[in-house]
Amino acid sequence: MIEIEHLHKKFGSNQVLKGIDLEIEKGGIFAVLGPNGSGKTTLIKSILGMVIPDSGIIKLDGKKVKGQWKYRNEINYLPQIANFPGNLKVKELINMIKDLRSGTNAEDQHLIELFRLQPFLDKKLSNLSGGTKQKVNLVLTFMFDSPLIILDEPTTGLDPISHLRLKDLILTEKAKGKTILITSHIMSFVEEMADEIVFLLEGKIYFKGSINELKTKTQQPDFEHAIANILTTSDA
Amino acid sequence: MKHLSYFSIILLLLLSTSSYGNDLEVCKSCTYKSIKEAVEKAAPFDTIYVKEGTYYEFNIEITKPLTIIGENNPIIDGKNKGEIITIQADNVTIDGLTIVNVGTSYTTDFAAVRVVKSENFLLQNLKLQKLFFGIYLEKSNNGKVLNNTITGDAVHEYSSGNGIQLWYCRNVEVRGNTIKKVRDGIYLEFSDEILISDNNSSGNLRYGLHFMFSNHDTYINNVFANNGAGVAVMFSKFIIMKNNTFKKNWGSASFGLLLKEINDSEISHNTFEENTVGINVEGSNRVTYTHNDFKNNGWAIKVRGACYFNVFEKNNFLYNSFDISYNSRINDNKFHGNYWSNYTGYDLDKDGIGDIPYRPVKLFSYIVNRTPETIILLRSLFIDIIDFSEKVSPVFTPDNLLDENPLLKPIRHD
Amino acid sequence: MLKILKYSFFDLMRSRWSYVYFLFYLLLGVVLLFLNNDLSKAVITLMNVIIILVPLIGTIFGVMYYYNSREFTELLLAQPVKRSSIFLGQYLGVSFSLAMSLVIGLGIPFIFYGIFNSSAIWDFSLLLITGAFLTFIFTALAFVIALANENKIKGFGYAILLWLFMAVIYDGLFLMSLMYFENYPLDKFSLIATMLNPVDLSRVLILLKLDISALLGYTGAVFQKFFGTNFGLIISLAMLILWVLIPTGIIYRMAKTKDF
Repeated sequence: MIEIEHLHKKFGSNQVLKGIDLEIEKGGIFAVLGPNGSGKTTLIKSILGMVIPDSGIIKLDGKKVKGQWKYRNEINYLPQIANFPGNLKVKELINMIKDLRSGTNAEDQHLIELFRLQPFLDKKLSNLSGGTKQKVNLVLTFMFDSPLIILDEPTTGLDPISHLRLKDLILTEKAKGKTILITSHIMSFVEEMADEIVFLLEGKIYFKGSINELKTKTQQPDFEHAIANILTTSDA
Repeated sequence: MKHLSYFSIILLLLLSTSSYGNDLEVCKSCTYKSIKEAVEKAAPFDTIYVKEGTYYEFNIEITKPLTIIGENNPIIDGKNKGEIITIQADNVTIDGLTIVNVGTSYTTDFAAVRVVKSENFLLQNLKLQKLFFGIYLEKSNNGKVLNNTITGDAVHEYSSGNGIQLWYCRNVEVRGNTIKKVRDGIYLEFSDEILISDNNSSGNLRYGLHFMFSNHDTYINNVFANNGAGVAVMFSKFIIMKNNTFKKNWGSASFGLLLKEINDSEISHNTFEENTVGINVEGSNRVTYTHNDFKNNGWAIKVRGACYFNVFEKNNFLYNSFDISYNSRINDNKFHGNYWSNYTGYDLDKDGIGDIPYRPVKLFSYIVNRTPETIILLRSLFIDIIDFSEKVSPVFTPDNLLDENPLLKPIRHD
Repeated sequence: MLKILKYSFFDLMRSRWSYVYFLFYLLLGVVLLFLNNDLSKAVITLMNVIIILVPLIGTIFGVMYYYNSREFTELLLAQPVKRSSIFLGQYLGVSFSLAMSLVIGLGIPFIFYGIFNSSAIWDFSLLLITGAFLTFIFTALAFVIALANENKIKGFGYAILLWLFMAVIYDGLFLMSLMYFENYPLDKFSLIATMLNPVDLSRVLILLKLDISALLGYTGAVFQKFFGTNFGLIISLAMLILWVLIPTGIIYRMAKTKDF
């Protein structure tokens, strides 16, 4: 599904990605983990073409993404911080995104009901709370039927019920055989959802494998300690 | 006095034609086949009628009082061989002829019609084309040049002549003529008491009207447009210039009106529109400028030194790039009660007169005088800023040059 | 790109600032015409407004819009839309709405005043055309500045500086160099210097209508040709177009490599 070779990226003098080689197979949930500043978001944005890598190759289904834009039709992306143009109403925003991706069918009605967004449809985005914005964000992400879904911190600001619905949603998509890429700080969420872990440390892949493999490797009984172990050993 | 003399001329003409004159006719089938022949045979005070047709003639010399009248536009074609008609007698009238192809020479000023040392002449309704000089009056007095149309095809100053030229003449009326594309439309030298009115002198190579050493002359209701250099009045006194229009005289050495060494004259009710320089004044004293309109000129008035005791009153200065330009810091002229469209002051006591004086000379005009290329910065914010600072405390421009009573509304001249 | 343009445009049409801008011009037009009652004077005042204020508003608005619409941009970047389309669409959206506010805001009072029956119609249309050009030019320059500066404050600072330079400082330097080198033939130099600043360029374009009598007073052959024929008008318009195209091209190139 995704092949990444020798990916480098520097912001000013800050070398964020120092040669990432990564292959993500089709189908399943992959969690991209790592401490703050390890390059998770940069990696994801590189796949999306929002960040232009200094060197390295990213391929999606065998095709290079550099300079391309049509491949984004195959990706649903949930950005980390739900920033929307404040002048627009929720309804308008949804219609606009649909308009921009014309040609693909959108399943927004069902999602709006799921997250109980009907009362907010005619409100301006600048007047919404953080959680509601995140729900709108989720609607925008899941309303298209794309083989790759990228979620950057999807749980931010969600109430417990929405949280549950989100998990259901992710699992349904997984069941359809989609590839889902998630970054999250909530370890329980990752442990529950992820089939495979990609651990980034200082711009490099430190670990890639299942949670069990991670536990074995770090010789820790549970996931959270395993992560903590990586961080402390690497600091030392 | 003047009226009386006109009256006597008319009376004389009437008498001459009606009481003594016989009629002669010139045409292809008449007794006289050429004008020259008829003129030769005619007795004094006869009238010659020239019928329709083209006559290839030149050097027609008239030495006795005659009246020549063209009927149905007869054409005299000089075939570029020389002068066409020369008048050397008093009381000659020429009316309604079309004269073409006057000879061009670098040594002799050939004219379509020349009047030499004669009085009481009347030249009217003539059409002169393809000419060198048009009408040339030489030491002749008390005559009239009326309603003629003179159309040249001048290209170079050195190979072209003037439309109407007066040299040492007195008391001549030049009225209702249309003069185009010659060197100088009307040229006066050493000619006094001339009345020039209702003429249109446009598109001429050099000046629409050119005065030299001529005093006590009046020109009114004329239009001078698109002339190479406008109108020049030089070395003359007691000139009255009224109700004339000076338009679109564009170019680096071009102006609506050039005054050089002009004293004791009056310029009023004229319109100066879209000229590079409305009036260019040099060495002129005691001239009054009243009720003139200066509209959309580059410079309304350019004063180039040695001008004293001139008065500018009740004029409208409308949208000129520069109102007044001075090349010295000394001012002995008076600006009073004019309307300036560039005036930005206020009138708190509502008397129609601005409460703060207007300074018509801007620092930028001084800069442009010095470095002409800077004109390209006209109306830029930077220039506005330096003009403003100069206005507040004049350093480069005459500080007593101001209109203490600028009007708030344009004047309606009656 | 047209879709982005459409959304940016309607987004702006709804913003308060567009109305403020529009109403400002409407008011200006009304005040100039109906309180002054003098068309020629109004056109001259308008020229000053257009060559000074329009660039200022274009720059500020352009920078402001870019920084304010970062979210929108990021949202779009994840969509299957061409990168350059996003920025060019936004740029054109801002420019069009600003230019429209200008043209309609000033146009309405002038139509009511009866511009169509007046000979000033050409001067006036030329004013509006240059105003529109300046809007496009300075908004583009503002986008370039904003694209180059992540820091909002810095971006605003540079934008204001750019305006100050183009509107005032440039002419000061220009004037000084003309006076310093006054013994040399300068007409070619001064025309080129004019072409290199869109504010001066627009001013000269309007001068061709308002002050042609004065401009023709200078002897230089290049000046004579430039001002005396249609040559000047054509060259100036071509340069204005170039002034729009070059920064737009820079936006296009910057958009390709910018990270978010």
